[in-house]
Amino acid sequence: MRRVVVTGLGTINPLGNTVDSSWSSLIKSNSGISKISKFDVDSYPCKIAGSIEEINISDEIVSQRDQRKIDRFIILGLIAADEAIKDSGFVSDNEAAFRSGVMVGSGIGGLDTIYKNSSILDNQGIRKISPFFIPSSLINLLSGHISIKYNLKGPNSSPVTACATGTHAIGDSFTIIKNNKADLMVCGGAEAAICPLGVSGFSAARALCDSYNDNPRKGSRPWDRDRSGFVMGEGAGVLVLEELEHAKKRNANIYAEVKGYGMSGDAFHITKPSEDGNGGFRAMEMALKESKLNNDEIEYVNAHGTSTQVGDIIELSAVERLFVSNKKLFMSSNKSAIGHLLGAAGAVEAVFSIKSMQTKTLPPTLNLDNPDRKTDVNLIPHESISKSVKNVISNSFGFGGTNASLIFGI
Amino acid sequence: MSDIEERVKKIVVEHLGVEEAKIQSDSKFIDDLGADSLDTVELVMAFEEEFGCEIPDDAAEKIVTLKDAVSYLTDNSN
Repeated sequence: MRRVVVTGLGTINPLGNTVDSSWSSLIKSNSGISKISKFDVDSYPCKIAGSIEEINISDEIVSQRDQRKIDRFIILGLIAADEAIKDSGFVSDNEAAFRSGVMVGSGIGGLDTIYKNSSILDNQGIRKISPFFIPSSLINLLSGHISIKYNLKGPNSSPVTACATGTHAIGDSFTIIKNNKADLMVCGGAEAAICPLGVSGFSAARALCDSYNDNPRKGSRPWDRDRSGFVMGEGAGVLVLEELEHAKKRNANIYAEVKGYGMSGDAFHITKPSEDGNGGFRAMEMALKESKLNNDEIEYVNAHGTSTQVGDIIELSAVERLFVSNKKLFMSSNKSAIGHLLGAAGAVEAVFSIKSMQTKTLPPTLNLDNPDRKTDVNLIPHESISKSVKNVISNSFGFGGTNASLIFGI
Repeated sequence: MSDIEERVKKIVVEHLGVEEAKIQSDSKFIDDLGADSLDTVELVMAFEEEFGCEIPDDAAEKIVTLKDAVSYLTDNSN
């Protein structure tokens, strides 16, 4: 059976523009949430987000000329992909290219570009629409750009499963390599939806936190009694997955193994998770079955934990039910520090899950002042914990009732 | 260099990211200056914006060099 390992990591997120800078910031309990300054939010019920304030884009990654032709989510994705591919040391030659693919998705894609072109069409007419409008906003164009830039001619696709996108991209890539359709996959997710239309849309759906506008750092508070919705974040996470022997042959640094992947559908509601938590439970259970691990061998859950009233407790209950025999389980939510990166969330959280094992440090759940209810699961409030763990599970659940879980081990 | 040529050159530099010194009047946007077909559509839009005119598609197709653009705009701009 073909085994799949992680050989490259890359991310840009509200806590930093690289894996190391954002990870060290995360475990120091820093928050990347602040007041939105890119546009006027006076009339918006939610005025806070995890924004990336400064991006230094080298010409090598995206030239000035090309930046105008691609939406911000593609720029963020290309930055994370460049870090991950360089980190892996893989250089695609003509022979390897056909066995190396890309699967980086996005939840929404080029929303701001669509919004701006829609205004141009209304106000200035059809002749002012840019020829780059469609290719700059299509979700799969990120995978397209990565393939062109790094000569990757294997499977090329982009999942779109809302907030589960990043996790599905990694899991589907794992399956592709396992099934011998590729030896290497560049995979993950990117999102840049902190724009007028994105914030107003999620606000209208009553999904966003609207009670901490004067204290942004306190806004994202998974499992806390006083949580009031999620805080949007932006960024990208990219992993290089590789078949074990392929990685060994080129002496690649191996971070971790992908041990299991599970997915399910709620068949319940367009935005609410099923109340019994059965969807999330079955995704985790499927991943656990594939990993062949016992449930007490999973030591840390990198939770979906969005800080919404309904979702947090449903996930906690599903985790308690599946890992009932594990009395030393740890679980935390990175979203307490970076916000909810939607289609990029699962990918960035996969990067952090792997860093947790590598650095023997479990990141904290910020703002968990008053847990909503009692639990035996240690939710790592406020500060990170030094602990060596060998197997972790990372969850992502999305609108439409889509659920995905990944198990990584070292 | 005419005023029109200077303005056209500036647009080409901005949109194609090429150095001004490399642009000759008979340089082809696609073959010599690295443009693709979408870039040329955008270039024509930028010429229209700068010179306040509308360039019909059949005329736009014939604008393949700096010289073509200058000559068309000299005859047709407001």
